[in-house]
Amino acid sequence: MHKLLTENPGEKMLLLGNEAIARGAIEAGVAFTSTYPGTPSSEISLNFFQMSQESDLYFEYSTNEKVALEVAAASANCGVRSMCIMKHVGLNVASDALMTLAYIGVKGGMVILTADDPFLFSSQNEQDNRYYGKLSGLPVIEPSSVEEAKEMVPYAFDLSEKLQEPVLFRTTTRINHSTAFVKLGSIKPRVTKGSFKKDPLNYVTVPAVSRKLHVKLLKNIETAKGISEQSEYNFIEGNGNLGIICNGVSYSYVSDAVEGLNIKDKIKILRIGFSNPMPETRIKNFLKECEKVLVVEEGEPVMEEAVKAFAQEAGLCFEIKGKSEALFPRLYEFNPEQVQNNIAKYFGIPHTPAQVPDLSDVPEIPQRPPNLCAGCSHRATYYEIKKVAEKMDTIYPSDIGCYTLGMLPPLSMADFVICMGGSVGTSCGFSQVTDQKVISFIGDSTFFHSGISGLINAVFNNHNFTLVILDNGITAMTGHQPNPGVDMGNLKLEGYGRVSIENIVRATGVKHITMIKPYKVKKSIEAIKEALSYKGVSVIISEEMCTLYAKNLRLLKPRSFVITDKCKDHKNCVNELACPAFYIEEKRVKIDEDMCVGCAVCAQICPENAIMPLKKG
Amino acid sequence: MDTTRLIIVAVGGQGNLLSSKVLGEAALLSNTPVRMSEIHGMAQRGGVVESAIVFGDAKSTIISDGKADVFVGFEPSETLRALNRCNSDTVVISNLAPLPLFTVAIGKGVYPDIEAARELIRKKTARLIAFDGIALAKEAGNPMSLNMVLLGALIQTGKIPVTAENVKETIRTKTKKAFVDINLKAFDLGFAAAKKCG
Ligand code: SF4
Repeated sequence: MHKLLTENPGEKMLLLGNEAIARGAIEAGVAFTSTYPGTPSSEISLNFFQMSQESDLYFEYSTNEKVALEVAAASANCGVRSMCIMKHVGLNVASDALMTLAYIGVKGGMVILTADDPFLFSSQNEQDNRYYGKLSGLPVIEPSSVEEAKEMVPYAFDLSEKLQEPVLFRTTTRINHSTAFVKLGSIKPRVTKGSFKKDPLNYVTVPAVSRKLHVKLLKNIETAKGISEQSEYNFIEGNGNLGIICNGVSYSYVSDAVEGLNIKDKIKILRIGFSNPMPETRIKNFLKECEKVLVVEEGEPVMEEAVKAFAQEAGLCFEIKGKSEALFPRLYEFNPEQVQNNIAKYFGIPHTPAQVPDLSDVPEIPQRPPNLCAGCSHRATYYEIKKVAEKMDTIYPSDIGCYTLGMLPPLSMADFVICMGGSVGTSCGFSQVTDQKVISFIGDSTFFHSGISGLINAVFNNHNFTLVILDNGITAMTGHQPNPGVDMGNLKLEGYGRVSIENIVRATGVKHITMIKPYKVKKSIEAIKEALSYKGVSVIISEEMCTLYAKNLRLLKPRSFVITDKCKDHKNCVNELACPAFYIEEKRVKIDEDMCVGCAVCAQICPENAIMPLKKG
Repeated sequence: MDTTRLIIVAVGGQGNLLSSKVLGEAALLSNTPVRMSEIHGMAQRGGVVESAIVFGDAKSTIISDGKADVFVGFEPSETLRALNRCNSDTVVISNLAPLPLFTVAIGKGVYPDIEAARELIRKKTARLIAFDGIALAKEAGNPMSLNMVLLGALIQTGKIPVTAENVKETIRTKTKKAFVDINLKAFDLGFAAAKKCG
């Protein structure tokens, strides 16, 4: 049985934040779950996916976050407890649905998890999604620890049902990817079926209806504010007249700092866990008992601005600070020492900061950046395109996936990346205003997610570029999740359809479509030449299963290559492919036998034919 | 209870996540509070993976620069790179078998000299326990058991509030059945190696 389905209230388990969140949802009786995968939220979905295979929990990988939200919104409006999971930028995609869903509301509890990524460990920006709470008018719940995350999910479901509104559950990477002991609670039975009652005057958002619904939303926000005032997740700790207001992981750092500086008698902490709407009266009362206040929050000064406004209304004019050059930045994530130093500095508490060793005599160590895996088919495709386009003045708009790693030299195959699906849309503009050859890259999952509409646009407006769809049959980057093009038979799962990328491309009206098998270097190069010379929209579909995925599925025949004495040391292989299986030993190129997967691409490009299969035994 | 801060740094694919998991579960057996955090976004693409493990009553799950009480490096150049995480009281355990840097293969920089690295680390920290962990892992039966070798060495230092017996019990119950014997042997070899390093 899946460990998160364990019926043993009181048992202590070591859980990853994302597991704790999934468990919290299970305890709340969640019956319907949907997602588009995205770090740092992906393990929540993975656990739902696994549990759905052995219980009546419904789970789906939707084509994108907007669809995931719509799917869950419908389910919640039939009374079924539903959860929708995405990373922070995913909510941008889903925001169209979100904004008006807030008008309609829900019947069954609905929790929308948005995982922010301060410091951009694996994201394209570090936007602060607490603003979505303000923008949509929906309540925002923010845990400070793994244990609390588990406790707060059922709270969020109850809140959602009380208010008849979806609730935003906002985490940051350090919640999602931290691990701690969690005490299991009991599991509410799942109600998996609901029913829809027609009520067009509340559900069909034509202007006349929405005008009324907006009034209802504003009323709901007032009710939510009342609950926020009373919420056990907005609490005060300690006593003293120096105040700290904090949220999320910052609360842990603040607690440790107050402990470390031994100033419990001086500092009063207000921890905000129900952060939209803010508990205005609570905050005003807190401020009235303080002489000086520090606001500690990663990201934007969301609370700080609100707190300052409350202070003004309450006629208080002592110092309130948070974001400033001397204190906390709006950038990146915080750390305990930084928080401790700033608390000491701001409140004038004597303290010696941690000593970091003098490292001036440590030699510079070359970087170890992530690299496409040994044998990754993207590398082969990139090499081939690069060869054909050698003499062309190119622009390579790219997209979001493992293949974005192709930006690093020596491949250098990404020039412009903004968002999911953006490769195709930006190609239209680039090709219109430049005379450069535009060749763009998108993965299979990203193509389904939001590349298709860009392609239709390109055909309709008659743009001129080549789109390369890197179809490796899985959503690789986020940990190998299925997408509509995946053969679910590989996972021994039944009951799924399968969508052909080639058929979609054909249906959009693209006239020039080329299929390549990137491991066949010569043939691919020939086909690419033709595609690149086509005027108009041409599409190359490069098909080869993600090597790491194939390895995990045990579909790879173990085969490795070696460099024989024929090697004349041109180093084309290392310098042009940059496959991590190569290493240099005593000035000679070698292949790491354990890493090599036998794709044979290097063997095909070696001018001396020096790379041969390794004969084992 | 006093707080002990441990940082583990490895290269993606070296199996460090299992060592932190085993430590966490062993802490549960020992009733020692523990919190960990991991950054493993690009772990499988050969990047650096760092785990922070905080034993004791602290609430934070991450460890600031200069604040590691104990540091375990799975790869010598990565141990050196992460020296800013340590201070003069830190006990450092490092595998000495290098994993080539791809940037070096394409002619960008040189891999640091291991002897010099050892000297530098020794000079700047309280104690360095360094040995060829891969050789020991192979001796145990599988190079992938490097994680257990280093766990053995870590526990030998006595710096972590978790007993050897609890770690071994966790290895027995929480690691893959087929590898339990190899893992236990690797743990013992690492433990003995650390003892020898004095
Ligand atoms: S996971 Fe797959 S797609 Fe990603 S770099 Fe590795 S082989 Fe390539």
